[in-house]
Amino acid sequence: MKKNGRRNILPGFSLTMGFTLLYLSLIVLIPLSAAFIKTAGIPWARFVETVTSPRVVASYRLTLWTSLLAAGVNLVFGFLAAWVLVRYRFPGKRLVDALVDLPFALPTAVAGIALTSIYSANGWIGRYLEPLGIKVAFTPLGVAVALTFIGLPFVVRTVQPVLEDLDAEYEEAASCLGANRRQVFLRVLFPPLVPALLTGFALAFARALGEYGSVVFIAGNMPMVSEITPLIIITKLEQYDYAGATAIAAVMLVASFLLLLAINGLQWWVARREVFR
Amino acid sequence: MNGRAARRRGMTEKAWVRWGLTGIAVLYLGIFLFVPLAAVFAQALEKGVGVYLDAFREADALSAIRLTLLTAAIAVPLNLVFGVAAAWAVAKFDFPGRQVLITLIDLPFSVSPVISGLIYVLIFGLQGWFGPWLTDHGVKIIFAVPGLVLATVFVTFPFVARELIPLMEAQGTEEEEAARVLGASGLKTFLRVTLPNVKWGLLYGVILCNARAMGEFGAVSVVSGHIRGATNTIPLHVEILYNEYNFVAAFAVASLLALLALVTLAVKSLAEWKFRAELAGRKMEQGGRS
Repeated sequence: MKKNGRRNILPGFSLTMGFTLLYLSLIVLIPLSAAFIKTAGIPWARFVETVTSPRVVASYRLTLWTSLLAAGVNLVFGFLAAWVLVRYRFPGKRLVDALVDLPFALPTAVAGIALTSIYSANGWIGRYLEPLGIKVAFTPLGVAVALTFIGLPFVVRTVQPVLEDLDAEYEEAASCLGANRRQVFLRVLFPPLVPALLTGFALAFARALGEYGSVVFIAGNMPMVSEITPLIIITKLEQYDYAGATAIAAVMLVASFLLLLAINGLQWWVARREVFR
Repeated sequence: MNGRAARRRGMTEKAWVRWGLTGIAVLYLGIFLFVPLAAVFAQALEKGVGVYLDAFREADALSAIRLTLLTAAIAVPLNLVFGVAAAWAVAKFDFPGRQVLITLIDLPFSVSPVISGLIYVLIFGLQGWFGPWLTDHGVKIIFAVPGLVLATVFVTFPFVARELIPLMEAQGTEEEEAARVLGASGLKTFLRVTLPNVKWGLLYGVILCNARAMGEFGAVSVVSGHIRGATNTIPLHVEILYNEYNFVAAFAVASLLALLALVTLAVKSLAEWKFRAELAGRKMEQGGRS
């Protein structure tokens, strides 16, 4: 890098850069812009009618609240898991740490059928919830469970490195000056973790919004009740309603891009805090 | 932080708090991670090993496995070449719009898998931009193998690049510059200096890219058309078996993908372990910079 204005003597910039831009345009940028160009061709009234029809709006609502719930669960327990993995020792810790990335590596369809079998009425966990009147599989709650699985690594993996890098000095100073453990946690340890926690939450939320594979099996997919937005796109495609599918896809894309902007802002904030620490 | 030293200075929680928190965290990870993983293998072997193996003797299963291997064999090398090229350009050089480029490379992560398939249908499908032309020339992309490959390439696009960029950035350019000054060619510099430094990160990127390529469901489901024995990948075959209530076979085929996921996690742990020294180096450098 030309960090201090030196001339970079490394070769291959134009070659690798040219290839990167070409491949990026061909695979990602041009196909993605197709969604927007196609959307622009839909008459405005028809577009509005499609994306605000009751069934579609119900799917937005379901996707939003289940994604928020899942990201919230992961925020609380993911923070706890990161804390325990960084600060405490217990047998099997390395194994548990390695397993955290499972949702990144396990195909969503496999996760979907596994969760459905666990939470169905006679499943490993479902059989204990059923007598309590809690139904998970084939209900919106099942959607939230699948989204929790999918988003689990994000908070743990964004908080872990920040927690590891926290300097013990401030903690020591605070406890030497007479702060009790709760004060040390709330005033010294927790504040620097806030940006990382928010980033992890936002990443888990963004991932949940678009998720399809793990959800379709457990959701039951009842229109107006447990039908997620990506499934509506698939249904419209199967009915050859390409315009309808594209219109809803455009709404989802805009939402994801706004979230991406927010996440980039958060990461910039994290980086800034690290510099000032 | 060293746990023992912390306890001596009274810098950690009381023992019951520590064990309580550890218990809750392990319970949470156990319920959401370990139980689903165990369920896959338990259900697959429910009726014994014989029935388990029968699932792989079926012609449709074999063709799904073959198709998945083919798709990954095309998609992973493409994204590997891209990942290395992009990482070299982004990590070793400074240019305006660098941050924007990194964001664009990550873009496929924020797109729903369903939309990742849809965009290719909009371009190559019957009603798409090139649809009529392709039909006239007898080329099939959507509901055929090329569509599956395209959707898979899109979904796994960022993996190698994203693994390499922070690593190559952290290692700076001094070693490469020294090699150049001593007269090594560009390619030799890359092969002898850069590559050995990032080989474990690269391996993990490739393995993760491969796991995602073989396991992709949503995007592939949109472009596949679900033609049995022709355009069904392993995850789509799992879906069909499951929807036919053929649970043992569904979980048996799914267990292949679960094994692949476990191998991926093992390689990741290994890579991290091998990389500890270099990670420590990176942290020192970051400390020096701030």
